[in-house]
Amino acid sequence: MSILEIIGGILIITGSLFLFLGALGIYRMPDVYNRLQAGTKATTLGAMSLILGVGFLMPGWILKILIIIIFIAYSNPISSHALARAMHLRKRFMFFKNEEIDAYKEIDKNNNPEK
Amino acid sequence: MNYIIYFSLTIMILGLILAAIRFVKGPTAGDRTVALDTMTIIGVSGIVLSSYLFNRYIYLDVALVYGVLGFIGVIVIARYLEKAL
Amino acid sequence: MIYLILTFILILLMIGAAVYAIWQKDLLYAVIASGIISLLLSIIFLILQAPDVALTEAAIGVALTTIIFIIAIRNTVRFEDEHDKKIKENKIIKPEEQ
Repeated sequence: MSILEIIGGILIITGSLFLFLGALGIYRMPDVYNRLQAGTKATTLGAMSLILGVGFLMPGWILKILIIIIFIAYSNPISSHALARAMHLRKRFMFFKNEEIDAYKEIDKNNNPEK
Repeated sequence: MNYIIYFSLTIMILGLILAAIRFVKGPTAGDRTVALDTMTIIGVSGIVLSSYLFNRYIYLDVALVYGVLGFIGVIVIARYLEKAL
Repeated sequence: MIYLILTFILILLMIGAAVYAIWQKDLLYAVIASGIISLLLSIIFLILQAPDVALTEAAIGVALTTIIFIIAIRNTVRFEDEHDKKIKENKIIKPEEQ
C-alpha cells in the first residue's frame, strides 16, 4: 500500500463515521434546532472528508472532486440557515429556552424600525 | 481496500435508516425536512463511493448534479413554511 | 454479496417512502416523501449501471417536482380533509386562505 492509499482510507473511515454520527444526532436530539445542527454540521464535515478521501485514492479525479466539495460547502449551510429561520419565525418548541436573548428579533428591529 | 469501502457503505446505510425513522416519527414539518437534507448528503457520499467501487469516472457527474441541485427543494419548503413564497 | 444486501435495504426504504406518501393526509409531508423516493431511485438506477437515467432523475425529481408541487399546494389547500369539507359546504376556495 502506498502512502496515498493509507491517507485515503483514514479519510474515508472518518467521513463515514461522521455521517453516521450526524444521522444518530438527528434520531436522538430533542427539538428542531438541535436536530438541524447535528444533521447539517456533522454531515457537511463527513461528506467533505469522505469525498476528499476518494480524491486521494484516485489522483486523476481530483478536479471534479474539488468542484463537488466546493458546491457542498456552499449549498449545505444555505439550506440549513433558511430552514432555521423558517422554524424561528413559526415559533417552534425550543428545548433550551432563553427568553432574554433573541438576536434575530434585534436584527429585524434594526432593519424595520416601525415594527 | 475493498473492506474499508464496504464498511463505510454499511455504516452510511445505517445512518440512512436512522434518518428515515426520524422522517416517519418527526412531529413537525421541520424535522422531516432536516431528515430529507441529511439523506441527500448521505446519498451524495454513497454515489461517490460507488463511483470508486465500480471504477467509473462518469458516475461523479450524478453526485455533482445532486450537490448543485439538492438544496433547492429544502429552500422552497422553508420559504413555504415562512408563508413568503 | 454485501452490496446486494445494501441494495435490498435501499429498495425496501424506497417502497416504504412510497407507501408513506400515499397514506399521508398532509400533502406537504407527501411532497417531502416524494423527494426521498427520487433520491433512492436515483441511487438504484446508478447501481443498475444506468448513469444517464440517474442524472435525469436527479435533476427532475429533486428540484422540478418539488417546486411545482409546493406551488400547487400554496395555491390550493394543504390537507386533504379540508378540501372535502369545503366542497361539502359549497365554499369558494381563495388562494390567500391556505
